[in-house]
Amino acid sequence: MTAADVLVEVAGVTKSYQKGKETVEVLHGLDLTIPRGDFVALMGPSGSGKTTLLNLLGGLDRPTVGGITVDGQAIHAMSGGSLAKWRSTNVGFVFQFYNLLPVLSAARNVELPLLLTNLNGAQRKQHVATALAVVGLTDRASHYPTELSGGQEQRVAIARAIVSDPTLLLCDEPTGDLDRETATEILQLLQALNRDHGKTVVMVTHDPQAAEYAKRILHLDKGSLLEKAA
Amino acid sequence: MKWLRQVAALTILNIRTLPQRLGSSTVAVVGIGAVVAVFAGVLSMANGFERTVAGTGSDDIAIVLRDGSNTELTSGLSLEHTRLIAGAPGVRRDANDEPIVSAELFVIVELQKKTTASAANAALRGIQANGQALRKRMEIVEGRMFEPGKYEIIVGRGAQHQFVGLELGNSIRFGQTEWTVVGVFADGGSVFESELWCDVRVLQPAYRRGSTFQTVRAQLVDPASLATFEEALESDPRLEVDVFGEREYYAEQAEPVTNFIRFVGYPLAFLMAIGAIFAAINTMYSSVSARSREIATLRALGFGPSPIALATLLEAAVLGVLGGILGGAVAYLGMNARTASTLDMQSFSQVAFNFAVTGELLIDGLLAALAVGLLGGLFPAVRAARVPVAVALRGF
Repeated sequence: MTAADVLVEVAGVTKSYQKGKETVEVLHGLDLTIPRGDFVALMGPSGSGKTTLLNLLGGLDRPTVGGITVDGQAIHAMSGGSLAKWRSTNVGFVFQFYNLLPVLSAARNVELPLLLTNLNGAQRKQHVATALAVVGLTDRASHYPTELSGGQEQRVAIARAIVSDPTLLLCDEPTGDLDRETATEILQLLQALNRDHGKTVVMVTHDPQAAEYAKRILHLDKGSLLEKAA
Repeated sequence: MKWLRQVAALTILNIRTLPQRLGSSTVAVVGIGAVVAVFAGVLSMANGFERTVAGTGSDDIAIVLRDGSNTELTSGLSLEHTRLIAGAPGVRRDANDEPIVSAELFVIVELQKKTTASAANAALRGIQANGQALRKRMEIVEGRMFEPGKYEIIVGRGAQHQFVGLELGNSIRFGQTEWTVVGVFADGGSVFESELWCDVRVLQPAYRRGSTFQTVRAQLVDPASLATFEEALESDPRLEVDVFGEREYYAEQAEPVTNFIRFVGYPLAFLMAIGAIFAAINTMYSSVSARSREIATLRALGFGPSPIALATLLEAAVLGVLGGILGGAVAYLGMNARTASTLDMQSFSQVAFNFAVTGELLIDGLLAALAVGLLGGLFPAVRAARVPVAVALRGF
């Protein structure tokens, strides 16, 4: 694998939290390489550090020790402001509970990340329409989150994650709140984004069936990684 | 540009979610509104009093008092003095070459207030024939002018409004004499409207003042003649008098009362403002904690901490302005033009005035409300910027 093929490089990452007087180490000297175009499922019991790792990859948190490089950029060394800017163009987040803003319509929710770009109103509208078309919700653009089903809400969230065309999609239990059938649709959508749109996907999940949609499965246990091919 | 767009988008978001926090937002708005209502209310009293008293004077009329007397009540002038004053240069003369002056006597009488049924002081002023001409806005609105030499009085609109027994045709007893109310007059809302007027030559014997007066009002040729007039009187060895422009005189008269009202009003409004700031802080903290997952989501999407802080501050500012509008409206609808009266500390008599909630006062109130809102939003804004993204994203 050449350097150009590597999207994410995690090197010797340790993450610890201060809990009262105690220091809790969640991740211990983690090494991980994710090639461009990969679809990784991150599994493991509760408290194993899956979400922590995902937050580190997304630049929402910083490693205590070690370095993380995404697309050639050392994000562990970035300041808060430049990290926010980096997030807005390089990463898309999908959350278990969708985290849509209830007062905004689906289209307005999807538009949010574009407010951080130089696109004008018409261009933003265009991008939003494209993103909603990709997730198959063109006809729901003007609906508010409360008027959508869970699966539709998650599709809107995915549209929001891809609207600024990031290379990396980070999904935290994206099907955790959905029934099996809807979950399958969402997983197929993520798979299509990976396969047809070249998105690199890292997905945290509890569900072995969900993990089957990934190209490879990583197991986190007590802060260390074990790999198993899907 | 991008930064401003972030701030604008986030502020609109915050404001659109306001209805979800109706309870606590209302507390802040009402708290701030109360501050503004009290602030505007108290100051409208000071303003109204000032407008009435200070607005009484005219630039081309001089008032002459005995040297060292700041008020009409403590002054005293002999007939001889009043003649010397009338003859001084700078005084306008009428068609018959007579100076337009009015030597006046000012006594305090006791009347019953309509509102409290308690006794209060009223001013009874004896004027000369020119007295009416010296108040250009003065007009009889009911009845007629008193006839010289008779125990007749005309009463100001404000006096009639606040005291018992001043209806047209009524007889009223002051000391040993019985007076008849023959007219009601208006004077553009000035202090004079709170007075009762009669012929000075009748008032002098009734109050055993012999031939003395208290003040002379003189019509000047023009406002600039005041200096000539003043110089002439002060350089005359036979006279020991102080000369004031009428406007300046009344402006000074208003000061003690308006200062007192403001002295009480400002600290009161200030204390209430501190309370309102805490209400706003509380409201904004709960707003931030209610939105912490939303804030974390926006942060994850790449929104910066400073636009999020500023949007929180602007939300507080909006609550402040809403409170300001509410308080201003309450003050305006509830108090503006409402009539009250108070004891003028200079003349020891009741002066009726209208509360004046002026545009300037409303703007001051609005600015104060904005300040309260911004101060209340400051710490919550910092907290909003510091929401721990990774934790708050999960929203529990």
